[in-house]
Parts: sequence; structure tokens; C-alpha cells
Amino acid sequence: MNPTDRFRDKNVIAALIREISDIRKGLGAVCRIMEVCGTHTMSIHRHGLGAMLEAAGVEMISGPGCPVCITPDGFHETAIDLLTGRSDLILATFGDMTRVPTSKGSIQRTAPARGSSVKIIYSPDESLELARANPAKEVVFFGVGFETTIPSIAVAAKTAAAEKLRNYSILSALWTIPPPLRAVITSGEVRVSGFLYPGHVSVIIGETPFKFIARDFGYPGAIAGFEPVDILLGVRSILRQIDAGRPEVANEYSRAVKPEGNTIAQRIMADILEPSDACWRGLGVLPASGLRLKKEFGKHDTEKKFGLKIDSHESDRLGCRCGEVLRGVLSPPDCPLFGSSCTPDSPRGPCMVSFEGACLVHIKYRERM
Amino acid sequence: MTKEARVSLELGSGGRTMREFIAGRILPAFADPALGLLLDASHLPAGIAFTTDSYVVDPVVFPGGDIGKLAVNGTVNDLVVSGAEPRFLSLGLILEEGLEWSLLDRVLASIRRAARAAGVRIVTGDTKVVRQGQGDKLFINTSGIGRVIARPRPKGVRPGDRILLTGTLGEHSVAIMAARGEFGFESSVKSDCAALNFLLPFWKRGVLWMRDITRGGLATILSELAADIPYPLLIEEESIPLSRPVRAAAELLGIDPLYLACEGRAVLIAPENKAEGILAGLKSHPLGRKAAIIGKVGGEIGKKGELILRTSAGGHRLLEPLTSELLPRIC
Repeated sequence: MNPTDRFRDKNVIAALIREISDIRKGLGAVCRIMEVCGTHTMSIHRHGLGAMLEAAGVEMISGPGCPVCITPDGFHETAIDLLTGRSDLILATFGDMTRVPTSKGSIQRTAPARGSSVKIIYSPDESLELARANPAKEVVFFGVGFETTIPSIAVAAKTAAAEKLRNYSILSALWTIPPPLRAVITSGEVRVSGFLYPGHVSVIIGETPFKFIARDFGYPGAIAGFEPVDILLGVRSILRQIDAGRPEVANEYSRAVKPEGNTIAQRIMADILEPSDACWRGLGVLPASGLRLKKEFGKHDTEKKFGLKIDSHESDRLGCRCGEVLRGVLSPPDCPLFGSSCTPDSPRGPCMVSFEGACLVHIKYRERM
Repeated sequence: MTKEARVSLELGSGGRTMREFIAGRILPAFADPALGLLLDASHLPAGIAFTTDSYVVDPVVFPGGDIGKLAVNGTVNDLVVSGAEPRFLSLGLILEEGLEWSLLDRVLASIRRAARAAGVRIVTGDTKVVRQGQGDKLFINTSGIGRVIARPRPKGVRPGDRILLTGTLGEHSVAIMAARGEFGFESSVKSDCAALNFLLPFWKRGVLWMRDITRGGLATILSELAADIPYPLLIEEESIPLSRPVRAAAELLGIDPLYLACEGRAVLIAPENKAEGILAGLKSHPLGRKAAIIGKVGGEIGKKGELILRTSAGGHRLLEPLTSELLPRIC
């Protein structure tokens, strides 16, 4: 038996759905859970859980948990300006990032200046390797991520400093997950009954950073893994909390998430990065919601090294409503562009590009009842 | 200056773009009734079936095979699934200047072995050489002639008919990806590249329709069938055989095995009352050991023309043909 099989067992799943449905019957009119993480969105629809939960009376909506999606266009436009303006550049980034459309086009469709090029990488290590192997080139790693990927990006900066890799810098778009949840709650735009917290991010940060949501705002929530059974355990926990009137941060992913998180990774982040105000697509500037390289790593900070100013604007391009999708206000199929002028082959916004973007997930995994 | 529209790699993926290209440019250009049927091989007068295929796989040698073996088996399989017994092949070689003779000899030996195993003769051929940089090592074209033994009957497909898969999915794609070093980790997966002659007798045992699972994978091929018949198709995720390494690679890389190419697997449709017997027959052959009934025609969930997956979790979703390129130059 494959180790994941027991987390996909359809009998266990059917029993959990029945239980969720039973608890749901005793609750109020609306039961809407925001799955914060794009990987949850993907798993829910890939396994057909969305329709099963809907039949049980639970509506799942996706939130701001896709780093490619929430990174404002200004970052991509800066990367594109570097590519077209410099003749010695290797821009290293993750595949999804190259396809995000902006007012200056996408990185993929940009013709770099002669001598410059784009290299798709899978891990920050590869960007360091590019810098070592190409001393005559300027390597810019366009690194984007939440707490899950941030530690490895931070380590890349530290390694570059230790090796004195003078031709290496990071154009960083680093985001932390708890602040946008506060923004979703305080805006009151969407009525949410509880939050399904991201499993991978929680492996790093632990339970504590989510506690204010239960304590200060009274919202139930559960950390969950990404297999169908994990997700349903999380949903059941949230419904039980609503039922009992006792909101908390439940941990339904204890096989991976320790209450305190990964303290080594946290220390690495604290050593190399510092909190900063950051602008999120659709949410605007949120205090202390991003991380940037500390002053001593300035030589490896693309913005500082080249004296750039990223034009961070939260808004989407004409017609695109990714911002509303990221706030949970709009369900992707309700966007007028969805599947007509915005498709995976010709995306109009990042949520149709990213592997875990809500729009791509909805078009790829179309559930049926 | 306006930008002239150009061919993109996506066209070669065997997905929707390819179908639009064939329907929009190829068919109107030649307007031939045999071509218009879009079968893997065309049935011609005097019981002859005819097909052609070009092979550009990168790398030329991969775990479980090479471009030579692929060029024989791919064309042989197009005949088999079209209801024809493969007999004769042509061999067209396009060689890049500078190609090592040792590699060419290896490929030729592999062609000889594969042809013998599939019972086909190489009866005509052609060789061209292009300058360095104008090709990539070698490309092969083979055309195949077969004797028609049965006529596929997609229009005879009825609700309740069963969908059978002859083996595990995706080994060829995963072997190619691993051979290109795209994983950053080692893989033990070998390509499933094989001649499917063993399927021929099943045409006489009631099989209505067969396709080999190449570019676009199982999901694309069954979506195309669904679009051609007045019923939906339903397949069950948990009955679809997958090898452990393919499953692991798919999980790690986030790719869907339902869209991965094989080079030695086929999907069959047979009436319900014959399906178990055919399954037992498939399983008795080494290439069909992992065969399974994976679904049926009809079902309560889908609408006409739809391919529905019942997930192992018990949910349902629509499967659509592959649209964008997963992996260029896989065959």
C-alpha cells in the first residue's frame, strides 16, 4: 500500500463527509470556510471534495495563499526592465513566474537584451550555481514565496555573502501568511465561518502565529495537511469548534506540524531577513506582512544593488479580477473573463498562471455532482 | 511592423492545438475521405491499412529503448489499433552531420530487432544528411502497411460497455524526463515502448475500439472518443494501474499521470458481457499483466460528450483534452 493511500481511503472519506454533514445540520445559515493555501485549493478540487462538501452544506472559498498570485505586477515589471535594459543578466526564477502577464508583457514573452537570458530553476541553490558558473554575468534570482520557501531563499543570500558572490543578488517578493488573514477579517467583505490553515507554512511557523484569529476575532480554524482525509479532518474540526462555540487553532496535521514549528528555519529567517510593510495584489499595503534582506545583505539585494524602486500597486490590469479572487470575494467561474478571454494558454492574470492559482485550479479540475 | 504568427511547440503536444491545426489546415487542404476519418491508420481499398509517423525523441537513447525501437513500435501500434496486422515498414532517416557511427549502428540494430519482434519487414527507405545544427542527431520517419482484419466501430459503442487499459500509465514520459535530467533525482523507470501485436486477436473477440496511449495520455484520448459518441464516459481513478515510481514522480512534480504518454499501452472498449473474458486474455500476455477494467460508457454523472473521472476519494470531475505542452519531443 502506498503511504498516501490511507489518506485517500474513500470509506474514511465518506464517513467524514457524513459526520461533517451531521454537525452542519445543527449550525446557522452560512457555513463558509476559507482554505488559505493554494495547495489546499488544488487538492480539494483535484479529488472532487468541493462538490462533496457543498452537498454536505459547507462552502469552501480560496484565499490569498498563492505567492505567485499575490505578488504585484511591479515586481515582474522590474524583472522585465532588468532583462531588457542590461546586457549581462541571467534572470533565474520559478517557472510560473515567467508567465504572469503585466503591462510590460510576461517574462517569458520578453525578448531579453542581447547577452541576457532567463533561466527557469526549481530551487534557490540552482541560482547560486548559475552565479558561480558565470562570473562575467550578473545573476538575479527573482525569488518569491511564503514561509515555506523563504528559509531556502534566505540561505541563498547567506551563502552568496559567505562566498562573496559579487555577481549574485535576489529580487525578493517574500510574504508572510498571517497578516492577510487579518485583512480579510477586518475588511468584513466576505463572511467567513472559519479558516483552514496551510500545512506547509505551519510546518515552519507552528501554531502560535494564527492564535490571534481565534483569540481576538473569535474565528475557528484548523491546520491541515493536503490529502483528502487531512482536509476533511480540518473541516470537521472547524465545524466542531463552531458547534461548541470554542474557537481555537486546532492542529490536524500533527504528523508534520509541531506547535512551535521549525525553530531552526525560524532562526535562519530572523538572522537574514527583517519584517517590512508589503503591498499585496488585491489587498494593498499590509503592515509587517513581508520580509526583506537585512542591511548587511544589501550587496545581494537586487533593489539596493541596482538602485531600483519597485512600483508596487495592488490593482489588476483592466478586466482582470484576480484581486477579488484572492480576497475570497469572487469565485473564479464568476469572473467574466474566466475560460473565455482568460485561459491557461492565454492567461490575463496570475491566478490563471500559477499551478496553485484558484482560477487555474477551477479550470483544470471541474467538479461534477 | 506586425509580428508574423509562427508555429509554437505547443502544436506538437497532441492536444487541442494539434486537433485545431488538423481540422483547420490539413483536412481542407487535401479533402480526402480516408484522411478525413482521422484514424491512426487509414483503411484503403484491397484490405490495406496505411500509416506514417515521425520520431524526434530527445534523448535518442533512453531507459527501455531508443529512437529506433520507438520508430518501429509506434508505427506498428498505429496499425494494430486501427484493426490491421502490421506487414511492411519504410524507413526514412534524417541524420545530422557529425553523428557518431556507433550511435547510428546501435539504432539500426535496434530497428532490426524491433521489426523482427513485431513481424514487420523494412522494405524501402531513404537517408538524408543535414548540416550540424540543422537537426538534432537523428530523426526517423516510418510509414507502415498492414492487412485489415477488423474495422473499429466507435459508433457501435453503447452505454454499459467497459473501458479496458492494457497496463500501467506514464512510464515512457517519466523515463524520458529522467533521462533528460529534468528531475534532479535518479529514477529507475524504463519506457514501456513495445509492439502491441498481441492485441490483434482481441478484435475478433468483440473489441469495438482501441487506441494506443501516446501524446496527450489516457485523458486526452478518451476525451476525444467521448466527443465522438452520444454518451459520456466514466473512469475510476482507483482502478487505473500506476507503477510506484511513476506515481511517486507524479506526486512530487505535480504532474497528472492521466496526461502522460506511453509507447506500449492501449485503451480498449468492449461490450460488458465480453469484458471479463477479454481482460483475462489480456492478463495472460506479459504486456497485459497489469491490464484492468477502468470504467464504462455512460454513467449518471456526465453529460453527452464528457469524460468524467471518479476520484479515489469518491468525488467526480470532468477531464478535458490536454491543451498546452507538457513535454516536447517525447516521441
